[in-house]
Amino acid sequence: MTTRYTKDHEWVSVDGDIGTCGITTYAAEQLGDVVFVEVPPLGKVVAQGGDLAVVESVKAASDVYAPVSGMVVDVNAALADLPETVNEGAEEGGWFAKIKLSNAGELDDMMDRAAYDAYLSGL
Amino acid sequence: MSDTSELKTTPLTSLWASTGGRMVPFAGYLMPVQFAEGVMAEHKWTREKCGLFDVSHMGPAFLILNDKSLTGGAAHAAISTIAETFLPCDVAGLAPGQLRYTTLPNSEGGVLDDLFVGRPKAVDRQGLLHFVVNAGCKEQDFALIAKAAEGVATLVRADDRALIALQGPKAVDVIGNIGNGPKNLGFMEFMPVDGPYGRVIVSRSGYTGEDGFEVLVKAEHAEAFVRTMLANANVKPIGLGARDSLRLEAGLCLYGHDLDETTSPIEAGLAWTIQKVRRDRADFPGSARILSELANKPSRKRVGLIPTDKAPAREGAEIRDLSGKKVGVVTSGGFGPTVGTPVAMGYVDIASAAIGTPLDLIVRDQPRRWVVAALPFVPHNYHRKG
Repeated sequence: MTTRYTKDHEWVSVDGDIGTCGITTYAAEQLGDVVFVEVPPLGKVVAQGGDLAVVESVKAASDVYAPVSGMVVDVNAALADLPETVNEGAEEGGWFAKIKLSNAGELDDMMDRAAYDAYLSGL
Repeated sequence: MSDTSELKTTPLTSLWASTGGRMVPFAGYLMPVQFAEGVMAEHKWTREKCGLFDVSHMGPAFLILNDKSLTGGAAHAAISTIAETFLPCDVAGLAPGQLRYTTLPNSEGGVLDDLFVGRPKAVDRQGLLHFVVNAGCKEQDFALIAKAAEGVATLVRADDRALIALQGPKAVDVIGNIGNGPKNLGFMEFMPVDGPYGRVIVSRSGYTGEDGFEVLVKAEHAEAFVRTMLANANVKPIGLGARDSLRLEAGLCLYGHDLDETTSPIEAGLAWTIQKVRRDRADFPGSARILSELANKPSRKRVGLIPTDKAPAREGAEIRDLSGKKVGVVTSGGFGPTVGTPVAMGYVDIASAAIGTPLDLIVRDQPRRWVVAALPFVPHNYHRKG
């Protein structure tokens, strides 16, 4: 399993050609209490950096971008009733969608954990 | 982090920055939007205990009659005559020690600001009115008031002081720290209190729908006052995020969002702020439109909205009736932590304004079904006497 991160604080954890996507713990802390997540429809084709989902806190709606290009093959339906899962486990149970990668080479240019941690410490 | 060096500070800014406040620009000031526990917890704490809010960005001021030979009722009558040239409320009829919520209408009946006006209780302070206006409208309002009073009364700004709100069911116990007087205030009454924090002015008022107080403290005593209040286990500092969700649940307008220069007080549901004596005299700015709307109903109205699903709708979301016709727009929208669902307010055509009317709010291009609901979303818990 390979996990990679974006500067917009999304993560993708790749198993075979399926990438599970979400927002990082840092992003969830910045957003505060998540009250609603709009996940993408199954079959949606997304481009890296394009709109994937919307996460709503008490105060505001924030776009979540696709960390990788591909097609949405699964979504976390549990978030409909339990959006707070994003705060409780942003990088575990709080995942948003699974994407069938169309260009695995994108991962090569993304940050690994050490690089993302270094990026966070510079913010 | 964006450049915050141009922002104004309050006497409490450094305290908040050192106590975990997440500082953001708001109305030209650097203010805490939330503390460590976050908006949800801060909101609920205020409804159950006591939240302390720094609202020093707002604009307190005094309007003082120049002619000191007038005293008592004659002085109040004279200052009221000036105030009633720009306010639509009954200033002359204020009881000593009473505050009123009112608006500053423009000549077309729109709203330049919403504000408080108060008459001091002390016999030797008649001929003086208290004002508190919104942060973002201060310069405009103060200029307007000073001009209206030119040659007769003088506006003295007090926005260098700290204004601190204590809100929630425990606020009445907490305020006891500065003396027993404020406990006996009724809703929308105020008084001065002399003590270790100098002369403070305490009103029983707020912006959360809860019982509570707002305290005007001179800058040099502000931090000591706040530290004393925060030493009470029932008090936590609350940021502007929860202030917004609390006022939204309480159905209270936020200027620049739910009120602006195009909305009339009648459309906004604020007819109750214009007392009968003023309606009869019809002598305030914008009275033609405002009184016409009172007599004939306005064409649109501010309403509460609740969703049938869980998606919040934000300010600017279009409102359509079930035929797909645009009937309005959301002016405030978010999540109501006490209600437990998203809540919103907006203006809709009068034909769509009845409670229970189903409407579609357009969220990210998708219609979502909402229903017109009674305001406030959470019952007010004010301390009304007798």
